[in-house]
Amino acid sequence: MALQIIDRRLSGKNKSIGNRERFLRRYKEQVRDAVRRAIDSRGIRDIERPESITIPRRDISEPLFQHGRGGARDTVHPGNTEYLQGDRIARPPGGAGGSDSAQASDSGEGDDDFSFTLSKEEFMQLFFEDLALPHLLRTQIGDNPEWKSHRAGFTHDGTPNNLSIVRSMRGALGRRIAVGHAPRRALEQARAQLQTMEQAAPQGDADRARMLALLEEIRLLEQRIGRIPYLDPIDLRFRNRVRVAVPSSKAVMFCLMDVSGSMDQARKDLAKRFFILLYLFLTRHYEKIDIVFIRHHTQAQEVDEEGFFHSTETGGTVVSSALVLMRQIIVARYPTSEWNIYGAQASDGDNYSNDSTRCRELLADGILPLVRYFAYVQVVEDEQNLWTEYQQLAGEHANFALRKVTSPDQIYPVFRNLFRKQGASTWA
Amino acid sequence: MGLSAPRPAPARAAEPLPAASDWSFELIERYHEVIRQAAERHGLDTYPNQLEIISAEQMMDAYASVGMPVNYRHWSYGKEFIATEKRYRRGHMGLAYEIVINSNPCISYLMEENTTVMQALVIAHAAYGHNSFFKGNYLFRMWTDASSIIDYLVYARNYVAECEERHGLEAVETLLDSCHALANFGVDRYRRPSRRTLAQEMAERQAREAHAQQQVNDLWRTVPVRGEKAEAAPATQRFPAEPQENLLYFFEKSAPLLEPWQREIVRIVRKVAQYFYPQRQTQVMNEGWATFWHHRLLNSLYDEGRLSDGAMLEWMTSHTNVIFQPPANHPAYAGINPYALGFAMYTDLRRICEQPTDEDRLWFPDIAGGPWLPTLDHAMRNYKDESFIGQFLSPRLMREMRLFAIHDDDRKSELQVSAIHDTAGYRQLRQSLSQQYDLGTREPNIQVWNVNLRGDRNLTLRHTQYRDRPLAESTIEVLRHVARLWGFGVTLESVDNAGSVTRRWTVGALA
Repeated sequence: MALQIIDRRLSGKNKSIGNRERFLRRYKEQVRDAVRRAIDSRGIRDIERPESITIPRRDISEPLFQHGRGGARDTVHPGNTEYLQGDRIARPPGGAGGSDSAQASDSGEGDDDFSFTLSKEEFMQLFFEDLALPHLLRTQIGDNPEWKSHRAGFTHDGTPNNLSIVRSMRGALGRRIAVGHAPRRALEQARAQLQTMEQAAPQGDADRARMLALLEEIRLLEQRIGRIPYLDPIDLRFRNRVRVAVPSSKAVMFCLMDVSGSMDQARKDLAKRFFILLYLFLTRHYEKIDIVFIRHHTQAQEVDEEGFFHSTETGGTVVSSALVLMRQIIVARYPTSEWNIYGAQASDGDNYSNDSTRCRELLADGILPLVRYFAYVQVVEDEQNLWTEYQQLAGEHANFALRKVTSPDQIYPVFRNLFRKQGASTWA
Repeated sequence: MGLSAPRPAPARAAEPLPAASDWSFELIERYHEVIRQAAERHGLDTYPNQLEIISAEQMMDAYASVGMPVNYRHWSYGKEFIATEKRYRRGHMGLAYEIVINSNPCISYLMEENTTVMQALVIAHAAYGHNSFFKGNYLFRMWTDASSIIDYLVYARNYVAECEERHGLEAVETLLDSCHALANFGVDRYRRPSRRTLAQEMAERQAREAHAQQQVNDLWRTVPVRGEKAEAAPATQRFPAEPQENLLYFFEKSAPLLEPWQREIVRIVRKVAQYFYPQRQTQVMNEGWATFWHHRLLNSLYDEGRLSDGAMLEWMTSHTNVIFQPPANHPAYAGINPYALGFAMYTDLRRICEQPTDEDRLWFPDIAGGPWLPTLDHAMRNYKDESFIGQFLSPRLMREMRLFAIHDDDRKSELQVSAIHDTAGYRQLRQSLSQQYDLGTREPNIQVWNVNLRGDRNLTLRHTQYRDRPLAESTIEVLRHVARLWGFGVTLESVDNAGSVTRRWTVGALA
């Protein structure tokens, strides 16, 4: 009898992946809701975690023709300890005619909700889908280059410490063979001729003169061959190193938000989504990302994420205070030579009227020269003086952009708009 | 099999096979070889074996697609996979040690996590126990074609994928949903399907599609048949002429609005359902048989000195867990464990042959005291769960398992213990248990009753109630699926024993 043992371990893993995709597609609505909830409840930094999704079991059951409860049935059970024929037993609760409930739900799982975990990739896909963005991750934004020295072949000149001996000697050998080839062949011919003549025993003067001429030729050729230098300056090869620009792997993202009384939770959520997008966007480009949260009303304050999104202050608004603080922090902690700096500001546009001009000046002179990009989103429609002041800036500076967002579905288009502009102007 | 008793065992081995916890291919082959010899001595007739080593994830993959190595894609398999994976990860569930596929060669999956001894257990259980059952049992011989199933599934997967491409995921998915809802009603219970190879299947498909569509069925017959006969046809002419129990077959052939590719998919689901039909009817017998044989084979290896004591203890632990039957009042009780019942019955059969009591001679006069090997072989080949229990459940086993029957009538406020394991109860107990495994009573009896040919083409299904059992609440959902397949309105009538309709569900044509 033939036996075949086949090792399948390496082939065809995840055969069910197609089925899983179909499952997710079918329950997209529920899954999407869960993703939405997750976004609202999660911190920016752990937005990329896998997410657990729960769907009510009845929603995913597959109906079959089955017997329902009722009617007469006989069932047999093991382990009788007390019953005699004819005994009457109270019907177990909920078991009207259906004592074999194991048959109805064969997995014995009852009506628990069906929950499962979305992988990080699936979560991200849905997250971006929610915001209707297909190709975000492929766009590029400007990077602040750092220099790195790279090997790049060999050159003819360089410093002695970069001399590549093997390469040089190989070149020299090649040159010696090439340059010496013609004289060596001539020499061989002359020697062969001389030998023939000697064997034939020279008879006349003509022959003797001819032999002398040959001897002279041989001498000259030997000289010529001897003069081929063993190592010539043109043989020298040096290891070449070039400096290449590499993107800096560090970025810092400043989140500036107005937390004055006029920013309600809905507006903050809008802002939060925008910040999340920017963060995710940056994670595609940088290995290390710092986030600085600055909230402000009349005064600005650096806070942690919790304090940033979940606190409400009352009172007026002085936007410039945040900008001043941002600049201070940049100067103190984030030298532009090492860090790619991004700023994102969200506000409802309220500001003390004479402060807005100051904001514009601060940005133009103090901040925009330092940052890779600064985006301002206003979460209400009305245009107040801050908006008009900022609008002037937008024309003058390529790395500044502003948009209005009033509902969650606008965020992604706005976001893409903001960054496409930048991408097109600096890095094609 | 023709063996009336096991052939004598060879001389005792000098030392047992190594029982290292890490298996190797060489070890598996050695174990397989001794198990094969033991099986041969017991006359087990099997398909050739193909052992496949797979990882736990692949095992879950296989679980999700109803145990088959290939299958078409459908969201419900994704659901199954997610559920399996979750239970497994949480440790609620160990994976089965094995999955075995009724194919020729018989494919058994060995999980890489198993120890050497567990692999030996799986080989004995699946590659010889199940395998010989697949080859021998009459239901499998009659209904499934082991040599072509894998080919057919490959064909099905490609065809469904092709349809998804051509007609969209959505269209294929809804169709499959509808077919799955009726899969249990897509089997022929009495007629044997013909054998086909993949090549034949492909060639016939196109001819079939063309033909089926041409074959304008009676529903579309608008041109009057020449002559007086058409006029004379009674207004009550029925279509179908006789009630049909294979709903999917009926839709495949007669649903007026289905496209050719849809008919083919209905056919695929029907074929797969048919393939699993014997398995659903032989759970106790099949698992019992495999369990009995791994027990027997491994024990005989021990007697020959091939297995060490440690190895024995290791597989015995698993074996004991598998055949554990919690009593009815136990919190873990979830019905009768088919492994336990099956194993106990085969073991008991052997006992009846070897050490019959007077009671056995009375109950089983034809087998008591006879040779056990042919008796078991006969029992394996010619029965299904229902008849197997009806025939071979002995009073002694009923006493050992302390079986009791409960009669539950919804017209009465209390349950009644109708029989227990005593002289008065044996026969009734045995009959009740046997019926419990009868698919015909487990599943409602629903048949295609009539189509309103002259009117709105409404389809009537008829449910004949079994002991007044009503249909479950999901019925209306299933009817929607029926309406989708049929293309017009559908009515389901539930008829009680007296022949009067007690309940009626109606679903209009789906837009």
